[in-house]
Parts: sequence; C-alpha cells; structure tokens
Amino acid sequence: MTTPSILTVERLTMRFGGLVAVNGLSFEARRREITALIGPNGAGKTTVFNCITGFYKPTEGRILLAHNAPEPGAVDALTASAASHGRDLFLLERMAGHDIAAKAKVARTFQNIRLFGGMTVLENLLVAQHNALSAASAFSIAGLLGLKSYREAEAAAMERAVYWLRATNLIARADDAAAELSYGDQRRLEIARAMCTEPVLLCLDEPAAGLNPRESAELNQLLTWIRDEHGLSILLIEHDMGVVMGISDHIVVLDYGRKISDGPPDFVRRDPHVIAAYLGVEEEDVAAVEAEVQA
Amino acid sequence: MTAAATAEAQRSAAIPEALRDAALAGFVALVLFGSLIGLKTEPQNERLVLVQQWPSAFALAFIVAGGRFLLDVLVWRRGATATGEAWGGYAVALKSALVFFAALGAALTIIPDGRAGFSGLAQSLPIAPAWRDSIATALGLIGVASMGVFTVTAAMLISRAARLALNPKIGDGPRFTPAALTRNLIDELAPALLIIALLLPMLVAGPQQRYAMDTAVQVVTYIMLGWGLNVVVGLAGLLDLGYVAFYAVGAYSYAIIATEFGWSFWVCLPLAGAFAAFFGVVLGFPVLRLRGDYLAIVTLAFGEIIRIVLINWQSFTGGPNGINNVPQLSFFGLPFNRSDEGFHAFFGLEFNSAHRIIFFYYVILALALFTNFVTMRLRRLPIGRAWEALREDEIACRSLGLNTVNIKLSAFAIGAMFAGFAGSFFATRQGFISPESFTFHESALVLAIVVLGGLGSQIGVVIASIALIGASEFFRDLEEYRLIIFGASMVALMTWRPRGLVATRTPSAVLVERKEIASGLVTEGKG
Repeated sequence: MTTPSILTVERLTMRFGGLVAVNGLSFEARRREITALIGPNGAGKTTVFNCITGFYKPTEGRILLAHNAPEPGAVDALTASAASHGRDLFLLERMAGHDIAAKAKVARTFQNIRLFGGMTVLENLLVAQHNALSAASAFSIAGLLGLKSYREAEAAAMERAVYWLRATNLIARADDAAAELSYGDQRRLEIARAMCTEPVLLCLDEPAAGLNPRESAELNQLLTWIRDEHGLSILLIEHDMGVVMGISDHIVVLDYGRKISDGPPDFVRRDPHVIAAYLGVEEEDVAAVEAEVQA
Repeated sequence: MTAAATAEAQRSAAIPEALRDAALAGFVALVLFGSLIGLKTEPQNERLVLVQQWPSAFALAFIVAGGRFLLDVLVWRRGATATGEAWGGYAVALKSALVFFAALGAALTIIPDGRAGFSGLAQSLPIAPAWRDSIATALGLIGVASMGVFTVTAAMLISRAARLALNPKIGDGPRFTPAALTRNLIDELAPALLIIALLLPMLVAGPQQRYAMDTAVQVVTYIMLGWGLNVVVGLAGLLDLGYVAFYAVGAYSYAIIATEFGWSFWVCLPLAGAFAAFFGVVLGFPVLRLRGDYLAIVTLAFGEIIRIVLINWQSFTGGPNGINNVPQLSFFGLPFNRSDEGFHAFFGLEFNSAHRIIFFYYVILALALFTNFVTMRLRRLPIGRAWEALREDEIACRSLGLNTVNIKLSAFAIGAMFAGFAGSFFATRQGFISPESFTFHESALVLAIVVLGGLGSQIGVVIASIALIGASEFFRDLEEYRLIIFGASMVALMTWRPRGLVATRTPSAVLVERKEIASGLVTEGKG
C-alpha cells in the first residue's frame, strides 16, 4: 500500500464508557496541505485530536503517520510487529504522548490556550526545544560546566526562537510574560511554540477562536505561509468558516463521531449532509430550508 | 465651603480622630490581653494561684494603640485622598525608620560596650523592677536589631561602591555621588548578605561568638535545605511535605558509613547525596500520577515511613537510641580537640572551642553556596526550564515532547541530593543522630521557609531562614511571647505579601531586556 498522505486514520473508534465519541472514523491528511476537521459542537473533533496526539488511547483503529511515502508492505509489516514505529513510519495509537511529539514530530495547540504563563515568550519557545537542547547539554553536565558545544546549541535555539518570533510578529514582546499577551498574541505564540519543535504535522485546535476579523485574516496568512514556506502539513479544527473555507485544501466533516462528508471546500460547502448537520434539520428538509433562506 | 477649606478641616480633625480610634483599639486589646495575659493561673502547693501580670498586659495594649495610631496617621489618613500617596508615605516612614536604626546601630557599634550600656540604661530608670527588666530586654533587642540594620546597610553600600568602582561604563564626573550610591540600594542585598556571611565570625567576635556561630550554622543549614526544597516545590511545583526524609537518609548514610568503615567525611558526602537522590527517585515513582493534595499526603507519609523505619530497625540504625560517636569533621586531618596534634597546636594558637564551630560554619556555608550555584545554573539549563514549564502546565509539556516522568524524577532526585548533603553535615556536626531530629516539624519548617521566601526565589529563602530560625533565637529572651510575635508576623506577611517576601520571578533567558515577572502571573503548581 502506498499513500501520498502524511496521516492516515483508519476505523478510529473512541469510547468513554457507554459514550461513543468517535465511531469508525477514517480519513487522510495529505502532505503539504491544510486539512480542516469541522463539525457541530460535540461532534468529536477534539477527541480525534487527542487520539492523534496521544492524550487518549483509541479504543480501536489505526493512526499511521508517514514522514516519507513508505515502501510497499512496510505498513503491514509494522502493524503486524509489536513495534510502535519504524524509521519514518509511526503507529501513533501505540505511542506515548510525549514520544508522539518528540519522535513522530506531531505538534499541537489547544482549544483553551495552554502557554507557560509565568514564563517569558522567549522561554516558552526555548522549552519547546527542550529535547534538542537537553541532548546538547548531556544531561545538564555539559551545560553546568558551560561547555562550548552546549553554548552553541543554545545560540542555535535562540536563533530559531527569534525566527519564529519574527514570523508571528511577537519579537517586541519576547521578554514579557506569556500571560501578559493579548488573546490573539497568545494564539500566535502557541503556534510559534509548536513550530519550534520542528514538526512534520501541525495540529491546531480552533486557532481562530476569539480572534477579531483582522487577526483571523493574519492567521490565514501565517498558516498558508507555514504550509508553503516550510512544506508543513496542517490539520486544523475550526468553527470560523472564513478561515476554513479560505485556506483549507481539504475538509473532513464530522457529526456524532462519524464522517459525513470529505472533500475540497467547494464540494463540502454544497453537501446537503453538511448543511443538514449544521442547520440541525433532517436531510430531506434541506432543500426547503435553503429555499426559505434564499427567499 | 471650598475644597481647600474642606481639606483643612479634614486635616485638623485627623489627629483627634486617630487618637480616639487608637484609644478604642487599645481598650479592646486591654480587654483581650487582660484576660489572656494579665491574669494567669499557676499551680502552687497543689492549688491554683492567680498571678497578676498587669504591666505586661498594659504594655501590649499600649503597643497596639500606638501601632494603630502610627498606621492611621502615616498610612490610612494619607490614603483618604490617594492610594499612591499612602504607599509613598509608608515608604518614606519606613525609610526614615531604617535610617534611624542604622544610625543608632552605627553609634552602638562605635561606642565601646555600646549595647550593654544601652540596655543598662533601663536599670537606672526610677521605675518598678518588674518593668525595668522588660524594658532592659526590649532595649537590648532594639540595640541588636539596629546593629543588624547598620551592618546590612553598610555592606550594601560597600557592595554598591565596589560595583561603581569596577564599572568602566560610567563616564566623567564624580562616580560616588550619594544618589548613585543609594539608588535602588535593595538590589545590593544579595552581595551584601554574602559579604556579611563571609565575614560573620569576625563580626560577632567576643564572648557571644560561640553562641552566635552556633545559631549561624543552624540558619545556614536551613538555608541550604530551603534551596534544595526550592527545586522541588518552587521550580517544579511538586508539593513535598516529607523533605526531612532525605535529610535523614543523608545523615544516617554518613553516620553508618563513617562508623562502620571509617571513611572520611569528604568521601561519604557524595555517597550520602547519591543515597538521598536514590530515595528521591524511589519516592518519585509512586507519586508520579498524583497531584496537589494527594501528592502532599503521600510525601508526608513517606517522611513518616522513613522515620518509623529508623526507629524500628534496631540492628541497622540503632533504633530510638540513634547512632553515637559519629566521627567529627577534622581540618584536613587536624582534629579540633585539646590534644597536641590538634588544630590549635599545629597553628600555634591557644585552644578555643569556637575554632571548630567556625570551621563548621565555613563548611556549611560552602555547601550552601554550592547548592545555590548549582540550582541557579540548572535554572538556566533545559532541565531547569522544563521544571518550571512542568509547574506551569504539564499537559502543554507533554504536547511539546517533554518526558514529564524523567523531569519530575530529576527534580525529586536533585532536591533530595542537597538534603542528603545537608544531612551528612548535620550528622558530623552533632556527632549523634537519632530519629528525634527528623520529625514532620522539620519538613514543615523548611517548607515554611520556602513559602515565606516566595516560591522559587533564592534570596527569599535566605531572608525567611534568617527570620524564622535566627529570629526565634533572637527573641529567646521573650520566652512565650516569641510565639505571639511569630504568629503575628506570619499573619502580617500573608496579608500583605501573600506570595512570599520576594514575589517576582526572574526569567531564565533574555533577548533584549530582563523584566521581572509579577507573581500573579506565575502558577504555583498543582502537584
């Protein structure tokens, strides 16, 4: 099986006791594209995210992340083995949360922003580079002694932090506490922090929530720039249709834990299933409602 | 009536109003203290006798009334117009009080036998003997406190002067202007305290030296423990109520290795640290998933388990009798005793029991400074930043690929290691250890030092240790009143500085300009 997709979710099911939050969901996120995951409240979008990023262990299903297009048969061989990952193939449902970020290189942001509020903006970005820096500090020993190798690694980390601060237009706030930033700045800082982990897949959970229209537009620019300039694949959950329709290459629509539509924005926009789910009416009544709206 | 006239009327009414209010407060205090302190029952010849202590009760009521009057006039009445002005007035009052005490301290330091004469002054007053003694005690304390203020101020000025002299950036014109010397003088507190710490044996020379140095050793031990616990509680945000367990592990490691194998202190010290760190990891594993109150309870239990094992494992730890004759630390092989091979004989000095305690003081000071150096360094390294990030948000840490298990365990291990070092010093200083020394009380005291100092603040730990350990020695003459003073100062501190004395966080990395972070933004950690 060859796939151009970076992320392949197959028959993903997540049950919490009797509640089925995600039910047999399959979808793909293609390389260097922005894939949006949308759906009404409670559709199970964040649960899918939590499964992908290792915060939940899925009840059933396979989540495959491929850094490069895999050799034929490699995926089946890995699935049959007990290992959780090969060199650039990862079965995320078998991996621990911090390994998914560190090894599989999946970064995420949170619906309710989770910054290190008491630390400065710069420190937030340095924490994101912990693994690289920690290796360079040789379990803190080289760092304690102030060896050159560590100082160089630290300078490189600072450089990367400054790069992302410029990209997100936060450079002037570098030495302020993260909690002091405005809401929009905090959202961008969270993206900058995720990018400092050098991910191959960036998962954004409602990045435009609470932003004003101007900030939303800036966010669109930032995300398309990240996709084009860094060749990054982005998976995003969003309610703001301006953002979703404006930048997504591909949209997956969920309702009650099931996929109800999957395709490019123009297709999804017209899909009666989607309109029905959003308007909260039966499918048969969609035409009637549409006619009413247009009248 | 014009605004000016209104203000004038308010001002003229202020003093009588304040006096009336103070008198009322004094009356309430008298009623309370009268029953609590003025009348005391004491068993005499198998029956209770009512002892009257009216002077003390009146004195306390008077202090309450006076204090309220001063606060009223200096702070509250000014605050009636603008809050900013009120704090300005408060700061001015505080500053002038400091200058006054520093001047008094300078005078007492310069006049030969100044303090003794100062407290002796009370003896010549024509008042009742009971009052005379209390006044003499109070004057003596004021004398010591002023000399302390003077010493710290002088050290701060010396440090500032040295900084100005060494800084080539300052251009033409006089360098040592009064403004340059005194601007933000409090910034010099840390170097000033270091200067005082290094010179302490000389500063307290005299008949009181041994006692003063003994207290200083105790204070510095607690500073070291506070710095160690600061890693776990202040940086990583893991509330540890059983810190004394690691102190005990360090002390017993040294005592057992030194008595069984006769190894030297400097060999045992890293071993004791390693054992304590190992126990830190052992404790860390089961509590990894616990947070907040649950973590506190389990660490508390761990501390008790260690103590109870020490009591009951007779054959290994000596049980409740502890371990006697723990080898004492010697000065590069020279023991501190009266023998001819001793320290004093080698250097041709007269034997003085203070030599040993001064040497111990420098050893614990070096260990404490090492602790401080390592933690300050670690704070700027990835591991230190990861500890703080863990305190701020554990879930975000995981999403960034931080292995939170390793980070928590490393915080427990490093914190425990410093306690292990302090424990082996404790064992060699005392020469005798028993489980009695490692009760929950010690854990609570160290935690109080960290919390009072301000979570994560290194200088805060120093101030809090001096205040808690030093001051309780300082107020020893006041006997049971020191607990009242202790409690009152705790209440005052928690009212005005709820986040501890030093309530700002210094960033670990800076791009352009270092800005202190207000404590309100910093998370305390949920476990």
